[in-house]
Amino acid sequence: MEQFASLKRSKDGQPVRYLVVDDSVFARKNLARIVETFGGQVAGEAGDGMTAITEYDRTNPDIVLMDITMPQMEGIEAAEKIVAQHPEARIVMVSSVGYQENIVAALQRGARHFVQKPVKPEVLYEVIKYVLGEDGAVVSAAGAGA
Amino acid sequence: MKMELIQPFINAADAVLAQGLQSPMSIGNLSMEQEAYRRKGVAALVAITGDIEGRIVFDLDPETAVRVAGHFAGGELPESDELVRETVCELANQVTGNAVTALNDQGFHFRVHPPVLHTSDHGPTSSEDTEALVICCETASGSLFMNIALRYNVELPGERAAAAGE
Repeated sequence: MEQFASLKRSKDGQPVRYLVVDDSVFARKNLARIVETFGGQVAGEAGDGMTAITEYDRTNPDIVLMDITMPQMEGIEAAEKIVAQHPEARIVMVSSVGYQENIVAALQRGARHFVQKPVKPEVLYEVIKYVLGEDGAVVSAAGAGA
Repeated sequence: MKMELIQPFINAADAVLAQGLQSPMSIGNLSMEQEAYRRKGVAALVAITGDIEGRIVFDLDPETAVRVAGHFAGGELPESDELVRETVCELANQVTGNAVTALNDQGFHFRVHPPVLHTSDHGPTSSEDTEALVICCETASGSLFMNIALRYNVELPGERAAAAGE
């Protein structure tokens, strides 16, 4: 798998911490592998929206990658509840269902961006950089130890 | 079942499989199925409700499922049968999600339900309004079968427009 220049937190140079939310174990493992190629760290995982809310409180991640179609509580509702409690939360919806009303609903309820499955690592990388904004920094391999 | 319903699934399977397997896919046999569905191996079912209703079953023989799961896991051998089943479910989810996204652009509205593992050897018999089309997707890892049984729950957009013009 392609390796990307590390994305770090600009405040302390530490790896970006991710909460990965998807009802599919396979999808969670796949996303975890991708964010590790960005130099990121998986802080927690959840298989449904309810667990995502408690895991957010427990792990306080920098980025949430949130599926939409999940049992018990869907991703858009979970995103809304997380953002209500944590307005600073950066939630990126990751779903195979990419039609406009879904995207608009997610953005209106507090998600910062949307990525359609199957996830292309180079697309997710650019989205994460954009969503982190000034709170993220690209660290090249040569400058990693600096 | 009209081709306008089927083509988005073929396009979505092509896109999802080509990326996951890093090789092209081709369409083999297409057949209509009126008999009760018979599972071939590892199968996942995705139900959709809304303007179009029905279900799509993705079915792979066990050896193909292991090879496909390995490719989707980045070339690693799957750690367990559970992960193979999970991969087939996620594959079904991604193909269906991409297909209904395209159908939504044509004016149809849906709800896609989470994929479930299809464990019984037989499924329900297709009926006149939910005839099933079986599409064989041939890949370098083996054949994947999409069994699609959908029916319109509303008038087609063109029919709606024609009715409005009467």
